[in-house]
Amino acid sequence: MRRSTPYLLVAPFFLLFLAFGAFPLLFTLWMALHDWELGSGTRRWVGLGNFRYLATDADFWHAVVNTAGIFALSTVPQLLAALVLADLLDRRLRGAAALRVALAAPLVTATAAVALVFTQLFDSDHGLVNGLLGLVGVPPVDWQGGRLASWTALAAMVDWRWTGNNALIYLAALQAVPRELYEAAALDGASPARRFWTITVPLLRPTIVFTAVVSTVGGLQLFTEPTLFGAAGAHRMDGGAQHQFQTVTMYLFESAFGQDRYGYGAAVAWALFLLIVTFALLNALVLRRRTGGAR
Amino acid sequence: MTARRAGPLTRIALAVALLLTAAPVYWMVVVASRTSAEAADVPPPLLPGGHFAENVRRLFANPDAHFARGLLNSVLVSGCVALGTVLLGSLAGFAFAKLRFRGRDALLLTVLATMMVPVQTGVVPLYLIMLRLHWQDGLQAVTVPFLVTGFGVFLMRQAARDVPDALIEAARVDGCTTLGVYRHVVLPVLRPAAGVLGLLTFAQTWNDFLWPLVVLSPDDPTVQLSLNNLATAYYNDYALMFAGASVAVLPPLALFAVLGPRIVRAVLSGAVKG
Repeated sequence: MRRSTPYLLVAPFFLLFLAFGAFPLLFTLWMALHDWELGSGTRRWVGLGNFRYLATDADFWHAVVNTAGIFALSTVPQLLAALVLADLLDRRLRGAAALRVALAAPLVTATAAVALVFTQLFDSDHGLVNGLLGLVGVPPVDWQGGRLASWTALAAMVDWRWTGNNALIYLAALQAVPRELYEAAALDGASPARRFWTITVPLLRPTIVFTAVVSTVGGLQLFTEPTLFGAAGAHRMDGGAQHQFQTVTMYLFESAFGQDRYGYGAAVAWALFLLIVTFALLNALVLRRRTGGAR
Repeated sequence: MTARRAGPLTRIALAVALLLTAAPVYWMVVVASRTSAEAADVPPPLLPGGHFAENVRRLFANPDAHFARGLLNSVLVSGCVALGTVLLGSLAGFAFAKLRFRGRDALLLTVLATMMVPVQTGVVPLYLIMLRLHWQDGLQAVTVPFLVTGFGVFLMRQAARDVPDALIEAARVDGCTTLGVYRHVVLPVLRPAAGVLGLLTFAQTWNDFLWPLVVLSPDDPTVQLSLNNLATAYYNDYALMFAGASVAVLPPLALFAVLGPRIVRAVLSGAVKG
């Protein structure tokens, strides 16, 4: 074997990553220190000006709250449901293999297509969701107009995609848990719910932390669902007339590509990056504590 | 080790989960095969109707959707990215798993670290790079930057570790070059994992939305951008949009129907995370 061969084999990855991954990441920081417009060709050094503006930009913080709100509304029920689902799937059952495949299928179903369907389902006037709520006497909800209501509709789209997939990841971890633990607990008279909280959850802790971090990285970049949810509006990147469901990434998109404020868009991108890192670390820390030893 | 038996409550709960998963897709097909007015009927239609072919015809004839073009572009782009990721990922994965070279462990750690970088952070300068290369509005802009990922390299490296060293030694004694070893010894072992990686990459590229929206033009779109064109201009024509959605979800789902069981098994054995 020639000495250079291994390096040649791994080179394509590193070259592509350097050119289209690492370099843009660093260059974002450089751009964020400028007033950078493509239309006029402006490229003026402003130091931390963009970040100072960002710190007091009410629209940006509004988008941060929206993003965090949708993230919390989707992730907490999603991971809980996935845990329960994994626990249910970890049993002897005919057709289990096919069931698992069906529950994983949303992952490969186009987000844009699903967003179109859910947008119609959550239509205030003709949507099935309001129709079903009407059957149990709930008055129609303005899913687009309300802040919390629109977050809920978006959370439903996110959860439809990810719950089954996370359940399979939990199931993989669960299958490594010795059955004797459950049998012993059952003999000791522990109820199924108690076994779930005292055996399943603590043993799955590392996996729960992993999925929470992955959900954070993905959830805080939410873009496709809210963009299509607001596609009927005049200014779709606004995320509703009152920006009630505009996410940080939509704001980034609008600042850079919509308003030709590329420097500011870059600053928003870095703020989003920091937000993701902070949230991911926080979630990991909190979960490590919360799901700790047996109760 | 005996697994717990599934009781009636478990069965009901799993049936509900399955129903919730299938319902939106089923509803998509129902509306796609009816007229737009019927989608708003009270009570709603519960079975598919007879207008699917007509809606699909309208879809491909629609002047704003550029649907046929979008479909073709998506097949080309997703196919190239999937092939590239499998090829380049398996070559690098083989090197990381089976060849000894200086700096290997540090480089592998770097690969892992790149998997945690949120892609959107670089999207603004990436667009400027595309302008500089004159790649905007061209398919290379949504293909070349994604021809191999850290995830692909890592997944292939995990799978390549299963190749017995003795087999590689034997091939070398028989005069195989390193590339010969890759082709005749490693690649056959990698095939199942490569199938998983290929499908996941294909689906991910097929479903990508933000970056194509940034860099491509609406009249030479990917299929997701075609849907986007419909959603902006025809948001009241549900039958048309849902026909588009039905066609747009089909290729990855069809592949998944074939390869899904293998993928789920790979996830359950801990080979794939996230």
